[in-house]
Amino acid sequence: MSAPGTFMAMESGAELLRFSTCGSVDDGKSTLIGRLLYDTKSIFEDQLAHVEDVSRRRGDEYTNLALLTDGLRAEREQGITIDVAYRYFATPRRKFIIADTPGHIQYTRNMVTGASTANLAIVLVDARQGVVEQTRRHALITSLLRIPHIVFAINKMDLVGWDEGVFRKIEAELRGFAARMDVADVSFIPLSALHGDNVVERSDKGPWYKGPALLHQLEHVHIASDRNLIDVRFPVQWVVRPQAKDHHDYRGYAGQVAGGVLKVGDEVVVLPSGFGSRIARLENFDGPLDEAFAPMSVTVHLADDVDVSRGDMLCRPANRPVVGQDLDAMVCWMGDLPLTPKNRYALKHTTRNVRALVQGIEYRLDVNTGHREQGVAKLERNDLGRITLRTTAPIFYDEYRRNRTTGSFILIDESTNGTVAAGMLLSEPR
Amino acid sequence: MPHYQLDHLTALEHEAIHVLREMAAERERPCLLFSGGKDSIVLLRLAEKAFRPARFPFPVMHVDTGHNFPEVIEFRDRRVRELQERLVVASVEDSIRRGRVVDPKGPRASRNRLQTTTLLDAIEEQRFDALIGGARRDEERARAKERIFSHRDEFGQWDPKNQRPELWSLYNTRLKQGEHFRVFPISNWTELDVWQYVKRERLELPSIYYSHERSVFARDGMLYAAAECVERLPSETPFREVVRFRTVGDMTCTGAVRSRAATIEDVIAEVAASRQTERGATRADDRATEAAMEDRKKEGYF
Ligand SMILES: Nc1nc2c(ncn2[C@@H]2O[C@H](COP(=O)(O)OP(=O)(O)O)[C@@H](O)[C@H]2O)c(=O)[nH]1
Repeated sequence: MSAPGTFMAMESGAELLRFSTCGSVDDGKSTLIGRLLYDTKSIFEDQLAHVEDVSRRRGDEYTNLALLTDGLRAEREQGITIDVAYRYFATPRRKFIIADTPGHIQYTRNMVTGASTANLAIVLVDARQGVVEQTRRHALITSLLRIPHIVFAINKMDLVGWDEGVFRKIEAELRGFAARMDVADVSFIPLSALHGDNVVERSDKGPWYKGPALLHQLEHVHIASDRNLIDVRFPVQWVVRPQAKDHHDYRGYAGQVAGGVLKVGDEVVVLPSGFGSRIARLENFDGPLDEAFAPMSVTVHLADDVDVSRGDMLCRPANRPVVGQDLDAMVCWMGDLPLTPKNRYALKHTTRNVRALVQGIEYRLDVNTGHREQGVAKLERNDLGRITLRTTAPIFYDEYRRNRTTGSFILIDESTNGTVAAGMLLSEPR
Repeated sequence: MPHYQLDHLTALEHEAIHVLREMAAERERPCLLFSGGKDSIVLLRLAEKAFRPARFPFPVMHVDTGHNFPEVIEFRDRRVRELQERLVVASVEDSIRRGRVVDPKGPRASRNRLQTTTLLDAIEEQRFDALIGGARRDEERARAKERIFSHRDEFGQWDPKNQRPELWSLYNTRLKQGEHFRVFPISNWTELDVWQYVKRERLELPSIYYSHERSVFARDGMLYAAAECVERLPSETPFREVVRFRTVGDMTCTGAVRSRAATIEDVIAEVAASRQTERGATRADDRATEAAMEDRKKEGYF
């Protein structure tokens, strides 16, 4: 929801930051989110009244801010979040979208879903427990999904008397882990979600901590260079061809830029045909553009009359994606039935739909230890593993670590229409 | 703004355009639900941004209870004419005439709930497979988990416990016979984003969103338009008041607020202020808060 206090300030246009939150049950995730919403004045009167009322009736000592973020009724009754829920708040600097995801191992797929669009992840750690198996799992998933920034929120510092030693020990352990996971940017913040210390404002508790409060970190983390502005990738989504006299020769290729910067005059190649042309015009509804970058939705006009349709991709002649049918990928399995070699699925990658045959399972990744288990016959729901696929037609892709848009795909079970896997493409085909 | 960076409204706009084009490319018979309210007016602009200079690859549909504000109906017809798009009106009165639903009678009667039947009948008759709606995740808690492509079974029902995961910007748009999607391109927008966009795009809204004088009556601490289709109790005497409406639903259940907000800037300032009311404040403030609640409940109607 929008912050009333910052309503006017927001008008000038702030940046958007998407972040996901993960923690184990009782680490204080709901309390933390409630605290962020409450302290940034993002709560409506009626919501707060409701929460105060429920807290009072339950005999809670404090107004239970965790209640602000409870979702569907069944989940509420179980007292846990079991799906991804999205929440919104804003400050004058940024508008935030939170993907609130559950932490339990049986909900790995929800965590993956929330992480897929995030610029940043907050991983909660209970200061009393220190780094536990679940913490390692959350960090591992975050790094696999290549969320560029991880903030470890060391919560419940009040319960360990704001002891610096406790914090430093956790920090050291997680730093070592993050280095092995190849995470670009990690930070550590000691806080108390319950009392609000170091959440929105810097607290005078724990003067040994010299870093920013969590909100400050969220407002200032540098995300501009996280996108790929080098490799031009434009998956054609929709061909605009008005059936009207005054637009007789109009033929525009509409889509969302997936990488690089498109410029008028640039030489381009159309995949899969390989025809070359030049960008004659770039435009959107508001008028012509000189250039376009991710994630802009624009329309491209080519100088030549080449045949282009949905599912094709425009790129630069000297910088092309991999064109391949033999895929090597990390997948998070989400289906009810397991993944086994020889299964066939529909595969959606950018704006392209093909079919895929599972060739083999290289290994299953133990998400708690990072251990690679070879020789497994199947992947069960919530498993992560590396597989090989063969598609019916080539797709045009980049390694996921280089481009999260052209490096990702989903698998769909054609009998149920369920989305059964999230896939991240690895290196070159063999 | 640093170079190669979009402000949040533009980022949300481009995401919504992507959603609309994806739906148009992958579904055969979409349609855009238009209520005449600010959210669906924003949707029309987004559709222009996604498909112009071509026509929309879908018609615009309004579910008309027969008890709508005349100003809104006038606005609807004019807007669709300006856009030169096709309007489908699904009429609750038709459903009543055909015996699909029973018209409730009496002072508290409202046709609001009958709309669902009319809508589902229209979906079946026209074989629509994707309905674009203006619902937002910030409206209420249950919606926080609703997908952008929200699946409906053959009974038109949403199963919140069995939703397809939505990853990256890869939408699974597959359906079985008889099923459909509700597609929510502005899922990630807040009410504030919508108002800012209305302002930025200089979108015209139906006149009842702005302050005007009209005949109203009080009920349950709210003000309602005194109109023929809204039956009043003997004690509910109409009086003149300067008001505006924060939503544009059925007249029988859409409350007005006392307001002098005559421009978009005034309205934005007023919406901002009403959120800041302290609990236990004056009655006038309470009323504004209640109106805010109404806002969110109704706009999520579809
Ligand atoms: N003392 C203390 N308790 C906390 C803190 N954060 C959360 N809690 C408590 O921990 C319990 C679990 O918190 P909750 O937010 O529901 O955890 P979740 O399961 O991760 O969402 C609740 O009783 C909270 O009041 C904190 O910083 N300090």
